[in-house]
Amino acid sequence: MTVAGFAFYVFAATVLVGGFFTVLSKNPVHSVLWLITAFIGATGLFVLAGAEFIAMLLMIVYVGAVMVLFLFVVMMLDVDFAELKAGMAKYVPIALLIAAILTVEFAMIFGVWVTADGVTMLPAPALGEVGNTNALGTLIYDDYLLLFQLAGLILLVAMIGAIVLTLRHRKDIKRQDVVRQMMRDPKDSIRMVDVKPGQGLG
Amino acid sequence: MYDFFTTTNLGITLLVLGQVLLVVVPLLVALAFILWADRKVWAAVQLRKGPNVVGAFGLLQSFADFIKYVVKEIVVPAGADKFVYFLAPMTSLVLAMTAWAVIPFNEGWVLADINVAILFIFAVSSLEVYGVIMGGWASNSKYPFLGSLRSAAQMISYEVSIGLIIIGVILSTGSMNLTDIVHAQKGAGLWSWYWLPHFPMMILFLVSAHAETNRPPFDLPEAESELVAGYQVEYSSTPFLLYMIGEYVAITMMTALISILFFGGWLSPFPWLPDGIGWLLLKMAFFWFVFMMTKSIVPRYRYDQLMRLGWKVFLPMSLAWVVLVAFFAQYGAFWGTYARWTTGG
Repeated sequence: MTVAGFAFYVFAATVLVGGFFTVLSKNPVHSVLWLITAFIGATGLFVLAGAEFIAMLLMIVYVGAVMVLFLFVVMMLDVDFAELKAGMAKYVPIALLIAAILTVEFAMIFGVWVTADGVTMLPAPALGEVGNTNALGTLIYDDYLLLFQLAGLILLVAMIGAIVLTLRHRKDIKRQDVVRQMMRDPKDSIRMVDVKPGQGLG
Repeated sequence: MYDFFTTTNLGITLLVLGQVLLVVVPLLVALAFILWADRKVWAAVQLRKGPNVVGAFGLLQSFADFIKYVVKEIVVPAGADKFVYFLAPMTSLVLAMTAWAVIPFNEGWVLADINVAILFIFAVSSLEVYGVIMGGWASNSKYPFLGSLRSAAQMISYEVSIGLIIIGVILSTGSMNLTDIVHAQKGAGLWSWYWLPHFPMMILFLVSAHAETNRPPFDLPEAESELVAGYQVEYSSTPFLLYMIGEYVAITMMTALISILFFGGWLSPFPWLPDGIGWLLLKMAFFWFVFMMTKSIVPRYRYDQLMRLGWKVFLPMSLAWVVLVAFFAQYGAFWGTYARWTTGG
């Protein structure tokens, strides 16, 4: 077995084991940690496939940001997990259904999906001549600029929506006005007095 | 012999292992003296003597501390999640070490010369937050948990601005390879390094590096007066030592990164002097000194001020700078200072 082959099996096993225990772990924090393990395995697979840019993005975006937020939520929320687990038997059929649909979809993509004649796909720049990052950048920002920006716009709308839904201005709490704090003149708030011993301020 | 190390699997493995040791061992030994220097500088600012008993000038103090840490008893809090509790400090140290794999020390002196080196460092440093969160959570105690939440929020916030600052440098270079970034700064000595065209970002990076590594004045996670020692409260003995080494390795990493990104790495500041690893070490030592002095003379930030600085000051500034640099680079402003395009592009 070549070194790359060996590495592939190691990373693939990491992904599988990580995913498996994500589902099986009793403690949700452990679940998230196992999911991180699975992501790291996937990063390794991307590197093996020669997609080092996507591998690093996966690491930065998913593991470095999304999973941290997951972990925050799981740790902070006071959820009764025993109660959540109780309904598990009820939801197993739905989970199986989703799994079956996904499997069929994957089978379709890799099995019977063909591009119609006459449709030419944009060729990706040949790897090896230019770097991974350059190739992706050319595709995304030159050829598919509009689609990419639209996708970004949708995310922006979703983000604004989430903020609008959760943001509320409470009038009954004291807020800091940083500019006002910085502009304050010590003369207005501090009075220097020379206190004589034994007399106090009177 | 040469064939054995370059063709057979065993030989390559041994070779890589040797190279890794060649980086890690000097790093750890240097760390002992950096710790000593840190305390000495701190002491000097406060008109104290600092460590001066063990060895000449107290030089061996760190080694004495090391032995003390290792032989002490490991106390695990009752109700702690044992596996995660011990995993956390190890993660911290291992990740801090991992980032050194892509640091070029000299022309061609790099363990892994990969295309996306800077992204790799960024990815690894974004993982470092897990050591903190896991440690705080697994201790099963209130203070560590609060401390870890603070620390994690702080690290994530400043990672954002560090990422944007790095993008400016990448735009100027046209490559994410650290060696290429250093090569792009070649020219008229210290005047062609990136600190000049990217001047405001150099300062921002230095400040963000302090926040990212939880160094004073941003050491909120271990603010003694409020949180005892943050996520490390329940750690003793060797696990605590791992945390501490991890932290110092991460800071050393940041000094190396500043030197490479903005101060030309191993390039010599004067055209008539030869380049070499010595310059990189000198620059790193200088920035370590900056870190030490900051620790001694700057008072600690308040937490809301820290967050405001990160999100409302640094983030918009670095974002605006990326846009500006993109324009400068595209239209060759200032005689092409912003667009070096050494590779591809």
